[in-house]
Amino acid sequence: MDLAKVDRIVDKYQGSPAALLPILQDIQAQENWLPREALQRVADKLQVPLTRVYGMATFFRAFSLKPRGKHICTVCMGTACHVRGAPKLVEKIERDMKIRAGETTPDLEFTLETVNCVGACALGPLVILDGTYHGNITSAKLDKVLKGIGRTK
Amino acid sequence: MRARLTSPQALEKLRAEIAGRRDPEKPVLSICAGTGCVAYGSLKLADAVREEVEKRGLGDKLEVRINGCHGFCERGPLVLCHPHGFFYQRVQPSDVGEILEQSILAGQPIERLQYVDPVTGARAVKQQDVGFYKHQMRVLLEYNGWIDPTSIEDYIAVGGYAALAKALSTMKPEEVLDAIYKSGLRGRGGGGFPAGVKWKECRNAPAPDGVRYIIANGDEGDPGAFMDRSLMEGNPHLVIEGMILGAYAIAHPGHPVGYIYVRNEYPLAVERLGLALEKARELGLLGEKILGTDFGFDIQINRGGGAFVCGESTALMASIEGFVGEPRAKHIHTVVQGLYNKPTNLNNVETWANVPLILTRGVDWFTSIGTGDVSKDPWGGSKGTKIFALVGKVNNTGLVEVPMGKTLREIIFDIGGGIRDGRQFKAVQTGGPSGGCLPASHLDMPVDFDRLTEAGSMMGSGGMIVMDDSTCMVDVARYFLHFLADESCGKCVTCREGLKHLCKIVDRICAGQGREGDLELLDEISLTVEKASLCALGQTAPNPLRSTMRYFRDEYVAHIRDHKCPAKVCKALITFGINDKCTGCMVCARNCPTGAITGERKKLHVIDQSKCIRCGVCQEVCKFDAVDVA
Ligand SMILES: Cc1cc2nc3c(=O)[nH]c(=O)nc-3n(C[C@H](O)[C@H](O)[C@H](O)COP(=O)(O)O)c2cc1C
Ligand code: FES
Repeated sequence: MDLAKVDRIVDKYQGSPAALLPILQDIQAQENWLPREALQRVADKLQVPLTRVYGMATFFRAFSLKPRGKHICTVCMGTACHVRGAPKLVEKIERDMKIRAGETTPDLEFTLETVNCVGACALGPLVILDGTYHGNITSAKLDKVLKGIGRTK
Repeated sequence: MRARLTSPQALEKLRAEIAGRRDPEKPVLSICAGTGCVAYGSLKLADAVREEVEKRGLGDKLEVRINGCHGFCERGPLVLCHPHGFFYQRVQPSDVGEILEQSILAGQPIERLQYVDPVTGARAVKQQDVGFYKHQMRVLLEYNGWIDPTSIEDYIAVGGYAALAKALSTMKPEEVLDAIYKSGLRGRGGGGFPAGVKWKECRNAPAPDGVRYIIANGDEGDPGAFMDRSLMEGNPHLVIEGMILGAYAIAHPGHPVGYIYVRNEYPLAVERLGLALEKARELGLLGEKILGTDFGFDIQINRGGGAFVCGESTALMASIEGFVGEPRAKHIHTVVQGLYNKPTNLNNVETWANVPLILTRGVDWFTSIGTGDVSKDPWGGSKGTKIFALVGKVNNTGLVEVPMGKTLREIIFDIGGGIRDGRQFKAVQTGGPSGGCLPASHLDMPVDFDRLTEAGSMMGSGGMIVMDDSTCMVDVARYFLHFLADESCGKCVTCREGLKHLCKIVDRICAGQGREGDLELLDEISLTVEKASLCALGQTAPNPLRSTMRYFRDEYVAHIRDHKCPAKVCKALITFGINDKCTGCMVCARNCPTGAITGERKKLHVIDQSKCIRCGVCQEVCKFDAVDVA
């Protein structure tokens, strides 16, 4: 990856180690994941041990240390969605896409993730596909939503 | 760009000027753009409105306002037409022409778009006529359906920043603090700690360089809760004004520094708060010399990284400092040594939002709402209102604001309209992962901090997840245990290992391999986790398990002894079968992912149990109620 991009992000925060979290967030927003070279570069620029950077990157759920797919499908597993059947949706996508939650299809097209509530609980169960919220999802509706990005079982 | 206001009087002048420019009779079309309504297409609706207004040349005849969450998410997209106050639900872009024509220009309601009470059949003309709103007391959310959260003028027009102007011109910091202390305001983020007590401790803590940190906790980690989101997105200035008042009361004269820590999943809240901060700075409501006085304060936004434990005060502060969000033991309180080891006052977003209201409407107004008596002791009751997220198996899901002390029954049945699909109420889960599940026998319990704790649950941040007879309570306990084991930071042994073992045992019970003595073992481990964990995550983690074991013990026994899941949820304990209502339509067979269903057209189908993975798809797609679970 282009490390100059990482430099620009770190410079935006005046190279302050306190800004480690937002720096990683900005890199992930740009790259969709956190490549190893980027973490190394951040550690060098901030003059903190790589272990600390790596610690942050693995502690927070928002970060991915593997490339993620072109399409990201997030199923809410919050309580409200859980009691309305969210686990069935995850199982269905896992079956249909032949990946587990947290994984990406080998063609790097599709990533399945779960989240503990996105604050739209009234609409549960809820699936977010590439940033768009789809509420009151059933397995039939799910098929339709996924068809929208050309994925069918 | 507007010039900075240099005195409290200048703010009042600006308010009068805004009022003078606005015609109270001019129609306003308010469209809810809370997350729920957006998912139902309210942004497309807003585009359609703008387009239609343009096409008809109505630009100066009405104002179109995009609001934050109106609360009644169940019925979105929601629209309000002022000045008549018409309330419309499930509005589609195709309805726009008629709304403009009939409701805005001719001032007539449109029956077709009104809410019809499913029980009485009565039509609701205004918001207040809807059962969902009628029984609420919306003070924090009052303006969510009126103001545009991106407009500071809208907020000022409804009395915004008047509390700040009043405090800076007529009250000493100690007097502001005293008002909050006397109001009995308790923290809305979980524990219900009296804000006045915390503020006083923080003010009295030594700060050699005068720096005291003022933080709003907008991490909203409890799944099933979204009130803080709606405040940050729908009325950000209310939260900001509360924080400025807090900074004045706690740290003036000195150097207060503010942070708002916002949940990773709430990008819109970050955007709205960011814009609001910018506008407040422009007007001199933040920064140096606020309203021309010698009081200065500014706020920055930090985004969380999606870790539940970062809602905990010490973990949150570690995360702001750029470290992993691991809590520390609080031998020294954060009010004395918090962020960067300086005195730090952390309050929840909703707690902050109460502050301006207490100052403008008065302590007596606030203490007249709620339960108990706080005149001698701020722990003596629960005052003011609380916003709850009413979700799960209830008819009217959404955000509900009620005075403390309303009963669960009033909230779930009067406001929530009862249970979906005519099913039976079984339990309500409050307090998030630290809370508990309360059974029907507790429905008449008044909801406040102390009653909920006594019953083995918690207020938490105000999630209320309603469960019906198709929810398995052992599965719910299992859900929370896995959630917490996953979110445990791993620093202390009892939380990390104890939760893992609780998960294992409950997993076993759900898999039909429960043993005699499991319940006692669960009790014993729970107690250890509660007593020996470092932070409140571990200390309260067994609550969902213990409350379900207390109130729904027979369900556990059914799983362990009879290998039955009474709610028919736990997969290892159920079988699917097809009854003679089957018409042989073949839909189930087509949808079965494992090809376990066979049968000819118009003949009864059968399920091959060796192939069935109990995914429930057949039951979902069957239109004839022909799939049974036993
Ligand atoms: C594991 C854990 C998670 C928490 N999450 C939140 C949260 O998301 N939002 C919140 O306001 N408080 C949360 N709290 C409570 C905070 O630690 C703190 O008590 C609260 O923000 C103080 O504000 P208040 O007194 O106004 O309620 C959490 C506590 C724990 C132990
Ligand atoms: S539980 Fe799914 S959005 Fe809150």
